[in-house]
Amino acid sequence: MDALLPVLSYATFFLVFVSVFAVIVLGLNLQWGFTGLFNVGVAGFVAIGAYTSAILTAPDYPNQVGGFGLPVVVGMVGAMVTSGLAALVVGVAALRLRHDYLAITTFGIAMTIQLVALNAQWLTGGAFGLQFVPRPFTETFGTTLGANAAYLALCLAILALVYVALERLVRSPFGRVLRAIREDETAAQSLGKRAFVFRLQSFVIGCAVMGLGGALYAHFVGFVAAEDFLPILTFQLWAMLIVGGAGNNRGAVLGAFVVWGVWTLSGNLLRELTPQAEQARGAALQVVLIGIALCAMLVWRPRGLIGERVGEGGKAKRGGS
Amino acid sequence: MLVARDLVKSFGGVRAVDGVSFTIERGTITGLIGPNGAGKTTLFNCLAGLFPPTSGTLTLDGTRIDGLSSDRIFRAGLARTFQIPRPFPEMTVLENVMLAPTSQHGERFWAPWLTPGRVAREEATLREKARHWIAFVGLEPLVEAPARVLSGGQRKLLELARVLVAEPKLVLLDEPGAGVNPRLLDEIVATIAKLNAGGVTFLVIEHNMDLVMSLCRPVMVMAQGRLLAEGDAESVQADPRVIEAYLGGAIA
Repeated sequence: MDALLPVLSYATFFLVFVSVFAVIVLGLNLQWGFTGLFNVGVAGFVAIGAYTSAILTAPDYPNQVGGFGLPVVVGMVGAMVTSGLAALVVGVAALRLRHDYLAITTFGIAMTIQLVALNAQWLTGGAFGLQFVPRPFTETFGTTLGANAAYLALCLAILALVYVALERLVRSPFGRVLRAIREDETAAQSLGKRAFVFRLQSFVIGCAVMGLGGALYAHFVGFVAAEDFLPILTFQLWAMLIVGGAGNNRGAVLGAFVVWGVWTLSGNLLRELTPQAEQARGAALQVVLIGIALCAMLVWRPRGLIGERVGEGGKAKRGGS
Repeated sequence: MLVARDLVKSFGGVRAVDGVSFTIERGTITGLIGPNGAGKTTLFNCLAGLFPPTSGTLTLDGTRIDGLSSDRIFRAGLARTFQIPRPFPEMTVLENVMLAPTSQHGERFWAPWLTPGRVAREEATLREKARHWIAFVGLEPLVEAPARVLSGGQRKLLELARVLVAEPKLVLLDEPGAGVNPRLLDEIVATIAKLNAGGVTFLVIEHNMDLVMSLCRPVMVMAQGRLLAEGDAESVQADPRVIEAYLGGAIA
């Protein structure tokens, strides 16, 4: 039993991250997989959610906005609202752009958000970040493992909720319009659909889900720092979606599991294998590895492990290749 | 029904549509013919709102529609098909058709969460309607197939079903016969005639003269952005200006 404990505690830790990432990737899947919106600013909207929830729920910070000490639930809802509002503002300005132009713009916006987080000390704590973000269940359970396990259950419940909600959405007439816009926006518009309005709604809902993911992250780690939201995060999340299968919500969840598994395993392996002096350089190999995995995926299974299924409610099956 | 007055569309210095005026009567199948580059498709794109006309007015049943975006023109009752069909390839034939009807309750993002029952009922009705039109154009065996597997001619039929399910007043068809095998062409002609008998008005761009002669009355002829002639098929064919436009000045 004692030997099992570290394994169990590591597994819990790992799965919490997987479920948090899965929530975010589901948000991205609505935007990219179902609507074809090339959002490369995911980290920015995750950051907004994380900071919002931290500010709303944490105890008083001296000389800073926030520390409202509100319940965690309020923080999570607040995270969705602010990330959604941010997406609305960004979307109105940027969503008229297509493809790579939208990608460049959202990338820039995410960088801006990250830099603001790093420098707006009065709001985000600047480089120190926000400490003492409440971690639910720590007082209920004496042990870290107990608290983490309870938090994992919460994350899985929220993931299930998000999954069901988004599945309903994409299987509805609303989702049908999103897919039509992804396939051929001109044709969708000529069939009476206001493409811009639908793109905007998809963008806002997706970003609100990303904000929720950010809040889940903040309440697990217990503090929020600007360096958590660098472009590498966006890259990892995109890798999860591509590997799992864009346009399939189950693929998005599976991708989060697989890519985060490869990421942590390779990280541990590289730490073991590289000599002490070369650790920093060794860590860079992780990114290379994910990049290679991504390329291999795009060559051999361009639709991901489980890609989109054409047909209503996934009834007509068509495998992943 | 549709009245165009002095319609102009210029791209830089080129006037692709150069002062075109016409009236389309309810219940007709009007043909629009002319040599390549005459401006027919550009005219279509102006009518359907793909881009606004540079000047001139368009009224549909007394309502101005020039300058409106294509989605609003569709909702006003003017639908179009494309010269090169544009189905949604990764959606089934059924989904392609079910997309088109306007003002679907389930297109509001909150509807599937808050009123799933109402959405499901609407979808059931819509599915029947879509199946009816798919059967009408003869694509019934392909109902659940992704649109990308359809042949060129089948794609044209799909586009036709897709606009018809929304019950438009006026349908613009851009070369329904091009690239279609003769048997399928007969089907398309029969389909259009049947619909017309049911009260749908058509404006058809076509190069296939057999199709135009058998189906269209009146026929309008465009050349170099202008409307050259209008009348029934025989008189238009005999018009020396039309012959000149097609064959060059030497004959006339």
